[in-house]
Amino acid sequence: MPQGPYSDIVMDHFMNPRNMGEIENADAVGEVGNPACGDVMKLYLKIEDGKIVDAKFKTFGCGAAIASSSITTEMIKGKTIDEALKISNEAVAQALGGLPPAKQHCSVLAEEALKIAIEDYNKKKGSG
Amino acid sequence: MKRIYFDHASTTPVDRIVLKSMEPYFIEHFGNPSSVLIEEGAVPHRAVDEAREEIALLVGASKDEIIFTSSATESNNLAVKGLALANRDRGRRILFSDIEHYSIINQADFLRGIGFEVDFVKVDINGMLDMEDLKRKLTKDTILVSLMHANLEIGTIEPIKEIAFFLKEKDVLFHSDGAGTCGTIPVNVKDLNVDTMIISPHQFYGPKGVAALYIKKGIRLTPIMQGGYQEMGYRAGTENVPAIVGFGKAARMAMEEMDKRAEKLTLLSKRLWEGLASSIDYIHFTGHPEKRLPGHVSFWIEFVEGESLLLWLNLNNIASSSGSACSSNVLARDETGLKASHVLTAIGVSPEICHGSITFSLGKDNTMEEVEHVLSVMPGIVKRLRDMSPLYEKFKKEQTGGR
Repeated sequence: MPQGPYSDIVMDHFMNPRNMGEIENADAVGEVGNPACGDVMKLYLKIEDGKIVDAKFKTFGCGAAIASSSITTEMIKGKTIDEALKISNEAVAQALGGLPPAKQHCSVLAEEALKIAIEDYNKKKGSG
Repeated sequence: MKRIYFDHASTTPVDRIVLKSMEPYFIEHFGNPSSVLIEEGAVPHRAVDEAREEIALLVGASKDEIIFTSSATESNNLAVKGLALANRDRGRRILFSDIEHYSIINQADFLRGIGFEVDFVKVDINGMLDMEDLKRKLTKDTILVSLMHANLEIGTIEPIKEIAFFLKEKDVLFHSDGAGTCGTIPVNVKDLNVDTMIISPHQFYGPKGVAALYIKKGIRLTPIMQGGYQEMGYRAGTENVPAIVGFGKAARMAMEEMDKRAEKLTLLSKRLWEGLASSIDYIHFTGHPEKRLPGHVSFWIEFVEGESLLLWLNLNNIASSSGSACSSNVLARDETGLKASHVLTAIGVSPEICHGSITFSLGKDNTMEEVEHVLSVMPGIVKRLRDMSPLYEKFKKEQTGGR
């Protein structure tokens, strides 16, 4: 059921978020915040042989922020790091069936959380 | 499942009796009330006149002090711009409270553009006007102060009688936005001693697309709309007769049922307030604890974002509103429209925290069963959202770590 400016897909991910939670001893963690909206998004990754084998999230935010986090975890699972880095915020928004203009930044937040998580992973790997 | 409507501060449904009173004025008595010399115009003219009488009675004014407009927003614009323009020879400074409606605060830039100086007066943590700040900012050049009678987001009722008394001594004009109070609690413009006040019927089971402005006799006010000679010259444009008739009926019903409605609303909101306070931790109620609108419960919840809470309540068939930035302007062209509520910011709630704010505003047809139902679903929704909040996770870890 679409609600106001939100598509069916956004509402589905909002009501039934996929991969919500934490990964203990995650290989990568990315946390970003957006002062415009007050959202905070935290992404956890389990990486094996350069491949994302598990992804989970926790998000404090609006419907669009929760849906963007949820769908991002679905999109990156099973992908290699390089493949995951190619996922743009437009792709996230598109996969959600579109986001209202005022909420586009929520998909940007998801892309940023992913990039920061992978940076975190590369740093850990470099120092380890 | 039946919807539970707890958003009467946004608007109320038109009462069926009100609707019925309006019906004859669409087709049967369609005439232009300005065409008083022909039968078709005389009937609606009389109907408008009778409605004016009812609204005057509702607020203790005389009939020729009530002007019909198209909305509360238009009434606020007519009052502030009209008073400013008519009295610009006396001074150029205008004061608004920090918690005025958008139809007041968003006039500031326009007024500055035509040579006025606009400043804002603070409120305290309960949303009550800060008298000391008013005294500080009230200069000899000040001609007008605008302070709402009650705030629909946090429910606080302002001490406008005391403020009017103070302003009269200083010979400063006083406009008050009565959208939250007129038709809900007793209002007497003579006793309150305001110079202008707006009345908005869609807040008390009347139609949208119509409102009124009380203009005290003898007050100079310049019309802002140029056209024909309607509404004693203060507001050009053919009157919205069916809506005005409905407005009059809603005012009559409000006068007759006010005590009964308020008594019921107070009972319901007391239970809602107490139930929320006892079942949800880290909840903070906003607005004045006692001096508030009947049936109005507003709060914010830590670690819970307001739009998500509002959406989940909606999915549970409960209608509410939120002052969170995220839900503020979902339909805006871009994210610059997303701002935390200026009302919550003014009472000292930081923008990050405003995100968890919700207003429940009850109405005459709500029941205790509905209140109990809302109380039964709220803790589950809050838990669900906290479980997915990294802020709550961090808070919990810090708590256990501290032990």
